[in-house]
Amino acid sequence: MYIIVVGGGKVGYYLTKTLVHEGYEVFLIEKNPIKCQIYAERFGAVVMQGDGAEAAILEAAGAGRADVVIAVTGDDEDNLVICQMAKERFGVARAIARVNNPKNEELFRKLGIDVTVSQTNVILSIIEQQIPERPFVHLLALRHADLAIVEAKVSDDSPVVDQPIERIQFPPEVNVTAVLRAGDLIIPTGQTVIRAGDEIIAVTKREREEELRHLLVD
Amino acid sequence: MRILIVGCGRVGWRLASDFTTRGHDVVVVDIKPHAFRQLPEEFPGRVIVGTGIDEDVLRSAGIEHADVFVAVTDDDNTNIMAAQIAQKIYHVPRVVLRVYDPVRAEIFRELGLTVVCPTTTVASLIEEQVLAGAASPQG
Repeated sequence: MYIIVVGGGKVGYYLTKTLVHEGYEVFLIEKNPIKCQIYAERFGAVVMQGDGAEAAILEAAGAGRADVVIAVTGDDEDNLVICQMAKERFGVARAIARVNNPKNEELFRKLGIDVTVSQTNVILSIIEQQIPERPFVHLLALRHADLAIVEAKVSDDSPVVDQPIERIQFPPEVNVTAVLRAGDLIIPTGQTVIRAGDEIIAVTKREREEELRHLLVD
Repeated sequence: MRILIVGCGRVGWRLASDFTTRGHDVVVVDIKPHAFRQLPEEFPGRVIVGTGIDEDVLRSAGIEHADVFVAVTDDDNTNIMAAQIAQKIYHVPRVVLRVYDPVRAEIFRELGLTVVCPTTTVASLIEEQVLAGAASPQG
């Protein structure tokens, strides 16, 4: 698989380093000549100086045969245009954009970018997961499928307490995938009995999140 | 017409002045507050400090009701992103943008944007003048 990374800031640098280490064929495009020189010493000939939003630069980097283009500069307008150029001009199958302003995630999707990564939102969701005693945590949104992975701590007075899963009236389109009890991971079956204080990890349609929260923690 | 102009450089303020003179309702957005100093003192339009790729800024500039959207900052990618927000998200009826890079201009023209590329326009004007001079040599 051939991957082109555009933007050699901290994100681009560590991304390139990791991808190279994992054995992918990677090419990094960075504007700043001094950074390019340093990176070239570390990575070898997989670094090129230039503006990744220019067709000539993308072409020289071999965008025509790239499987993935990842735009991780600090400017959203550049990341958007780089991804659109890669798709429209070079027919790259997958374009991934870093979104610096979290508001732009939705916008980029509407403008046809396959995958967006918002550092702010990622950090925010990790912080949320780490804040203790939050009974219901949204772990991950799988946007294209409209699915979410959530974690809920079963409250003492939830109607599911001491019920086997097969007898619990979960909202439709909810699948309990794991139960954490006192640090032990249980892969549940229909016979698994839910206890108060269990942490349930479930895959759910996003619009069912509220119902599920209501059932388990309210 | 309600006209929203992003970028108050030489072209932006020229357009803003011309459109207001013709009685249009003009709002100009620029990220640099000092950019507006170029506008005539009695400029009747509105000015907003902010970036033209921020939906909140564009909404406060009235993008939802704009008839015309013009993106003429000095950055091609900013113009491309702003114009796409205007055309694809807010469905502004007439969207025009400037793109210096001829290749990018062509690609986004194919994607349905109305792109003015000063590089090719000016080059062909100069070429015309040069060739006209060559056709009728003076002295």
